[in-house]
Amino acid sequence: MTSPLEQKKIRIAGPSVVTANRTWDGIVVYRTAAKSWSAELSEAAIVRNSDEARALLAEAVADDVGAIGPYIAPVQIGDDGKVLPGNLREQIRRTGVTIGQPAQV
Amino acid sequence: MYAYDEIDRTLVNERVSEFRDQVKRRLSGELTEDEFKILRLQNGVYLQLHAYMFRVAIPYGTLATNQMRALAHVARKYDRGYGHFTTRQNIQFNWIKLAELPDALEDLAKVGIHAMQTSGNNMRNVTSDQWAGVAPGEIEDPRIWSELIRQHTTLHPEFSFLPRKFKIAITASDHDRAAIKIHDIGLRLIKNEKGETGFEVLVGGGLGRTPFIAKTIKHFVHGRDILSYIEAILRVYNQYGRRDNIYKARIKILVHELGIEKFSREVEDEWQHIRNSSLQIDEEVIEDIRSRFTYPAYEKLPHMPDELRQAAADPDFEAWRKNSVAPHKVQGYSIVTISLKPTGGPPGDATAEQMDALADLADKYSFGEIRVGHEQNLALPHVAKRDLPALWKALDKLGLATPNVNLITDIIACPGLDYCSLANARSIPIAQELTRRFANHELANLIGRLHINISGCINACGHHHVGHIGILGVEKNGEEVYQITIGGRADENAALGTLIGPGVKFDEVADVVEDIVEAYLALRERPEELFMDTVKRLGVEPFKERVYATR
Repeated sequence: MTSPLEQKKIRIAGPSVVTANRTWDGIVVYRTAAKSWSAELSEAAIVRNSDEARALLAEAVADDVGAIGPYIAPVQIGDDGKVLPGNLREQIRRTGVTIGQPAQV
Repeated sequence: MYAYDEIDRTLVNERVSEFRDQVKRRLSGELTEDEFKILRLQNGVYLQLHAYMFRVAIPYGTLATNQMRALAHVARKYDRGYGHFTTRQNIQFNWIKLAELPDALEDLAKVGIHAMQTSGNNMRNVTSDQWAGVAPGEIEDPRIWSELIRQHTTLHPEFSFLPRKFKIAITASDHDRAAIKIHDIGLRLIKNEKGETGFEVLVGGGLGRTPFIAKTIKHFVHGRDILSYIEAILRVYNQYGRRDNIYKARIKILVHELGIEKFSREVEDEWQHIRNSSLQIDEEVIEDIRSRFTYPAYEKLPHMPDELRQAAADPDFEAWRKNSVAPHKVQGYSIVTISLKPTGGPPGDATAEQMDALADLADKYSFGEIRVGHEQNLALPHVAKRDLPALWKALDKLGLATPNVNLITDIIACPGLDYCSLANARSIPIAQELTRRFANHELANLIGRLHINISGCINACGHHHVGHIGILGVEKNGEEVYQITIGGRADENAALGTLIGPGVKFDEVADVVEDIVEAYLALRERPEELFMDTVKRLGVEPFKERVYATR
């Protein structure tokens, strides 16, 4: 769960995506292969080595109006090909808080 | 309550217009995020895990009921129906949309609320005792001086680009409820031997990565000189504070590295240049601010009304009264703390419905005034004792009568990894589990006063260093691990806690706290010996032994 703000070098150890927050409303989005953003992790472009990650991140950073704070996040690919968040932080970003929201309790 | 004047209203409205234009330019791409970031931060807008977070200031923790309703309105219209009261008398909304922020700010501006300087490297919200103006034995209402400093430092160009954020807290009571010793500047309102009002000034307190308890830099600064003295401190900080390393940029590091003697000499030199300038405060200025604080027309009421005597037969009411109700400076009245720590709930959260209902109750029972404390609870500052039973019943219906104020489940916790982009570990689920473990009120009462503070990262927004039991979440090999300290405190005898041993896993934290509490109950000499006193008497070893004997 090390904060991506502390990421210093781009070095990935497995399948990864580029994620950010959409500028106008702040929701979590993922960079797609079609050079746009999607709120669905399943639509994210998957990169598998550092060069690919660097290129995808550079492209995402260039889209400063679409989303802010892009960074590389690990994912896991299930046996069925389903893309899942690679750590707790990304799990929480994808599925929401783990505590229940007071207005819904 | 304090009545803003035309200057304040104009300032707040102009700020909204300015920010609306900035947001428009950001969304059109005219401003890059790099250019916009500092502007949004100066208006309290962060980017968190799920969305933007919007932090609104509640100066010195005082809210009128129309302001509380405006916060409820923002929660309902622009967010997800709730807000989170923080440890610095702010409220945060977690799901706000950037495009709608100007409208939210405009709605808040109508009731004199804003988000200026709730983030960024500037002077943050000046905080104070949530019992200000009503606490028995208080020297004077500290909010008068808080307001003076607020006015002087708001948008002050010299303090808008400090090396790092800067926080001031003020108390006027012997018992410090404002945690002044963990602030960049702490002010304790006192009288000198001539009976003149002034301040003991403390400097260099703070938590985070490198925690320090503030040191006294001057034992008495006359009230008329307080702005020039604060300005002298800020000038020395502005000149020598480190801008090359964010982790060493706070004033506490400068005070520590220079030493308090050298730092105070630098401040003294600077002060001599400016103390007899226009910064010297005329008594009329203070009187003008004082006159803008209005106090209720209290009735002459009995110390023990019949309503209270009769209600005392109800053990549930008594359980709540004993922990939630405090003496008031006026006979027949009480200060009521409202716990925002229900069993299983996130500490400090309130729904829009609760905020609206509390505003109604404050109108009915507290002369339209609500307070916010750094412990993430609220307070009604002027409740007639005869109304306590009716108020309790109404609060209970709203889920706001948990009788746990100052007990083990009255937990301070930061938002942690559930919301915060800086966090390494979750805080709120730990707090929720602990409130369930200690939900039995008789057990909590048996334990007595015990403060647990939880932070989800080293930045220490949950003030874990000064918790009687402090819990710090870190990350180790991709897992949440929690370090436990004991013996910290945030009051007039502020102290940093001591680490008891290796970190423990998420699922073990509540067990460890139970072990510590069981050790305390076994070790205390008598029921009146509080947890802190036992730790002070015996040190951490017996607790460490108990926790790690089987781990």
